[in-house]
Amino acid sequence: MRSKNIVIGAVAAAFIAAGTAADAKTFRYSTSGDILGLDPFINNEGPTNTMKSNLYEGLIHRAWDLSLHPALATDWEQTSPTTWRFNLRKDVKFHNGNDFTADDVLISLDRIRLPASNMTFVVSSIDRIEKIDDHTIDIVTQYPDPTLLLNLPNFWIMDKEWLEANDAFGLEEGAVVKTFANLNVNGTGPFMIEEWVPDTRTVLVPNPNWWGTPWHNLTRAVFTPIGNAATRVAALLSGEIDLMYPVPLQDVPRLESTAGVQALQGPELRTIFLGFDQHRDELLDMPGTGKNPFKDVRVRKAFYQAIDINAIKRVVMRNAATPTGLMIAPGINGFQPDMNDRFPHDPEAAKALLAEAGYPDGFPVTLDCPNDRYVNDEAICLAVVPMLKRVGIDVKLNAQTKSLHFQKIGRAEQWNTSFFMLGWTPGSYDAHNPLQQLMTLDGEGQGTWNCGRFTHPRMEELTDLIAGETDVQKRTAMIREAFQIHKDEVGHITLHQQALAWGIGSNVKEVKQRPHNDVDLRYVMMN
Amino acid sequence: MNIDTGHPPETAAAGLLARAADRLRRFFDSDIFHSFRTSPVTIAAFVVTMVCFVAAFFAPWLAPHNTNDVATLDLMNAFLPPVWMEGGTWDFPLGTDEQGRDVLSAIMFGMKVSLIVGFASVLFSVVLGVGLGLVSGYVGGRLDHFIMRVADVQLSFPAVLVALLLFGFAKTILPRAVQDDVALLVLIFAIGLSNWVQFARTVRGSTMVEKNKEYVQAARVIGRRPLAIMFQHVLPNVMGPVLVIATISLAIAILTEATLSFLGVGVPPTQPSLGTLIRFGNNFLFSGEWWMTIFPGVALVALALAVNLLGDWLRDALNPKLR
Amino acid sequence: MLAFIVRRLFQSILVMLAVGFIAFSLFNFVGDPVNNMVGIEATIEERERMAKALGLNDPFPIQFARFAGNALRGDFGQSYRLSVPVEEAIGERLPATLELVFVAAVLALAIGVPLGVYTGLHREGAVSRLLLTTSLIGISLPTFLIGILLILTFSVWLGWLPSFGRGVTVNIGWESNLVSWEGFRSIILPSVTLCLFQLTLLMRLVRAEMLEVLRTDYIKFARARGLTSRAVNFGHALKNTLVPVITITGLQIGSLIAFAIITETVFQWPGMGLLFLQAIQFVDIPVMAAYLCLVAFIFVVINLIVDLLYYVIDPRLRLDGGAARAH
Repeated sequence: MRSKNIVIGAVAAAFIAAGTAADAKTFRYSTSGDILGLDPFINNEGPTNTMKSNLYEGLIHRAWDLSLHPALATDWEQTSPTTWRFNLRKDVKFHNGNDFTADDVLISLDRIRLPASNMTFVVSSIDRIEKIDDHTIDIVTQYPDPTLLLNLPNFWIMDKEWLEANDAFGLEEGAVVKTFANLNVNGTGPFMIEEWVPDTRTVLVPNPNWWGTPWHNLTRAVFTPIGNAATRVAALLSGEIDLMYPVPLQDVPRLESTAGVQALQGPELRTIFLGFDQHRDELLDMPGTGKNPFKDVRVRKAFYQAIDINAIKRVVMRNAATPTGLMIAPGINGFQPDMNDRFPHDPEAAKALLAEAGYPDGFPVTLDCPNDRYVNDEAICLAVVPMLKRVGIDVKLNAQTKSLHFQKIGRAEQWNTSFFMLGWTPGSYDAHNPLQQLMTLDGEGQGTWNCGRFTHPRMEELTDLIAGETDVQKRTAMIREAFQIHKDEVGHITLHQQALAWGIGSNVKEVKQRPHNDVDLRYVMMN
Repeated sequence: MNIDTGHPPETAAAGLLARAADRLRRFFDSDIFHSFRTSPVTIAAFVVTMVCFVAAFFAPWLAPHNTNDVATLDLMNAFLPPVWMEGGTWDFPLGTDEQGRDVLSAIMFGMKVSLIVGFASVLFSVVLGVGLGLVSGYVGGRLDHFIMRVADVQLSFPAVLVALLLFGFAKTILPRAVQDDVALLVLIFAIGLSNWVQFARTVRGSTMVEKNKEYVQAARVIGRRPLAIMFQHVLPNVMGPVLVIATISLAIAILTEATLSFLGVGVPPTQPSLGTLIRFGNNFLFSGEWWMTIFPGVALVALALAVNLLGDWLRDALNPKLR
Repeated sequence: MLAFIVRRLFQSILVMLAVGFIAFSLFNFVGDPVNNMVGIEATIEERERMAKALGLNDPFPIQFARFAGNALRGDFGQSYRLSVPVEEAIGERLPATLELVFVAAVLALAIGVPLGVYTGLHREGAVSRLLLTTSLIGISLPTFLIGILLILTFSVWLGWLPSFGRGVTVNIGWESNLVSWEGFRSIILPSVTLCLFQLTLLMRLVRAEMLEVLRTDYIKFARARGLTSRAVNFGHALKNTLVPVITITGLQIGSLIAFAIITETVFQWPGMGLLFLQAIQFVDIPVMAAYLCLVAFIFVVINLIVDLLYYVIDPRLRLDGGAARAH
């Protein structure tokens, strides 16, 4: 691709000219995988989205602590249950110098809604956007949407003139063409792309014309994917990079004890849980018996109580996890702190429940588990196996790489699983999302990852109501009711929210850790 | 038995015994045994190999813990260091891993899978490769072209993909209940299939050289059949490189097995092989729990070393030209 | 001779077709690319549209036929993961791998062959035994472990060499690590890691063949004729060990180019092995298909060169199989 190599230095120097060359602050950071592309509406993937949010902006910005702040919109108000008026920021320029206006928002809405877009879900409730004048718009939703603002940060705004001039409006399914917008960037964000050499490096420089006052003090940022965790740790220890994540949990003490390097830990939004097949009449592992023990809530509860989450937390996760009783993490809209307790670990009670349900000697079941997706995923599953064995359950562990795992437990193989591990971060930062995707079945777009096909009539009903309820108190009451049903029915075994662990070198003065496990360059300060 | 020999059965048995004893004596008098007896390195290699086999196949009786019985595992025992370090205990002489598994026992149980997969897959690729290589090199012509192009196709698929393919097929054609039983076979075939080409090509090259030599032409002149020439005359003269590659391939096959288990192909992670133990342990290299990877690693190195030394000896001892 | 080469290249097309066919039957079992492409939040409709656009719902013979048809027109499709044409993705990475393999192969040959001759000549020597033993330790440890130990020693502890990536490259028609010291520093650790297995194998092969050849009559005869031991050892003996050595060197170079996966992963070396591994992980079918066909072609060419070299070493070897028919 566009490799500049030795010339890079010269190019960088040109950009640095704004400041003095002496305080050139190049921030080099690394994680396991490269970004998938630069088109804001293709590839909905965490690290890729974070890279794009350095380059593009939405009407609203979600800060490192998840709070919402004005970005391309300066302020907004609700003028009717389905209408929101947004005042757009004036004097904002795209990287190429074009002015930002209401027309850019309109064309971005058209583009994000193209059939081949992967980001349509963030504007799913929007009916239309009306241009009042160049810097005022009305967003009209199809129904009263309590989560509209939560979704807007990932609705990135592109430049109309640029799209038209480069014939880059279209999106094709499966990225079957090398699209201009996937390789080039023209956003309003605080950083501009200098080069992207896939799997090698992505170089960014600050946008000198950005409307805001930067918190960061970078003059240049170089992102390098390093797939191997041990190599990544070594690169940090040898000073070749300034920040890397994720740090394998077992290496945190080693980083802490090394001079010039520290580990930064914090909670992540992802909830890890186990699910059961509650749909088939016969368990896959018990052919010929005509029985599916998981249809009995006592069996599900027995599994729950057989698992010693504190031992997993202490040993497998080295305390870098927060055991959870809910399917969502603190920080997600709708989280209920008083409902977050778990059923106690109690093998005796588990045995009793199994006996009561008619399985005093247990039964065989296969646990499907990824081995390269979540923090210590395979180790967690390995630890679960003996715990269940002690109450009589014969668990066979099937741990495999994520592509195969998700294919097996997902729709592709018709939910070919009886007992599985999955993790979920609500893309909308709202409780409705996991209710819709994980805990209900009926209706369009529902239950995409409800691999055990858990369902409950009242929860189906509640989930639809929660979607359109704008009264916060009523909505919260319904969310609580749904969570209570899910807990009573033991729809899933909630395990924990894993912790983030970043390794930071001595050149970094301060970095704000977002619960996304990604670096937003706005929040990096170098020495 | 030998009823028509005219001897009473007891005498026949005695004769058989005598003949066996004679053979044994001849074996002990032979050059092979002599070269074995006089080479301390070979004896040491033999002992190490035997120890590995005994430890592996008698693990259920010899190992301090049954690490394949998951009910005995306790997370509270995780990460204990070896006995001579602070915090170590005689219960777990070489320490424990992140699941609370005794490393020594895990090595013994894991060794069995590794030995079976390692030896069986190498044997499979040697038999397949040497057979096809001999035929290809000796017969030549279209058959040679065909076999070698099949080999080229095979070369394009690394063991990982072969295993995925075989396992995928096994999953679609076999009932769920027997899939676990064939997992080990799939591993052996996958690793064996991805290795036979180097034997075939090596043997083919050497055969092409050998078949022009006088002794082969002489055998042909006296009317020996091609198969007999190939296997009785040519084969012994091309086996040298085969033994070198085969003995070296053993360690590689054992490590390949660990790579495949990462894909969910093969033995379940609750019954780790030697290679899988090393793979798990790798994650703990920086964090100070070195015993989780170093001890299985040492076991593999010792086994590989011993087998290679035995292979060196065997090659020298069996080679007609070196006697 | 020319006819032989032309025929062989024609056969390579058949080989590539066979590889492509097997590859497409394999893709049923490598996982679901759609999930990686549309994100986990995508709706069922989005998934199905994507699967349809990619042609994933068709049976594999049809997928293969489509691939082969397009490939004949020079269109290998578009990488799912990188959104660039496959030939571009592979073309960018080929130089990185070829340079790495070149350095590793030179190291393996330049060290392995002389050591093999040495250990063959001094069969019982202490140095020979030490060399043979330590080299085995080198290959019994997983490549991963060796790579990390090298990184720990030379990057973290001593700070001499970079731990990952290609560092500074210079464009000499392709991006090269070999023309500047800065670039060469980056290639040292991965190529050493990569050459260890080759080196051990070559050393042991050369030694074994030397041991045999040195005892044959014609070497004894050469010695009796009073040729210098140097001429005997290298002129006669070594030459006769070459057939298996060349065979194995060819195969090993081929598999290094194609599947240096672990080394390239450990060192984040942006070459073909890394591309292939990521293609498997992401289920990037177009890259895997084109890649496997390219690998097939590489092996056909390498094995063709090996067969030609046989002829150079020993002109008695008839390449076209005429020898067999003569009897």
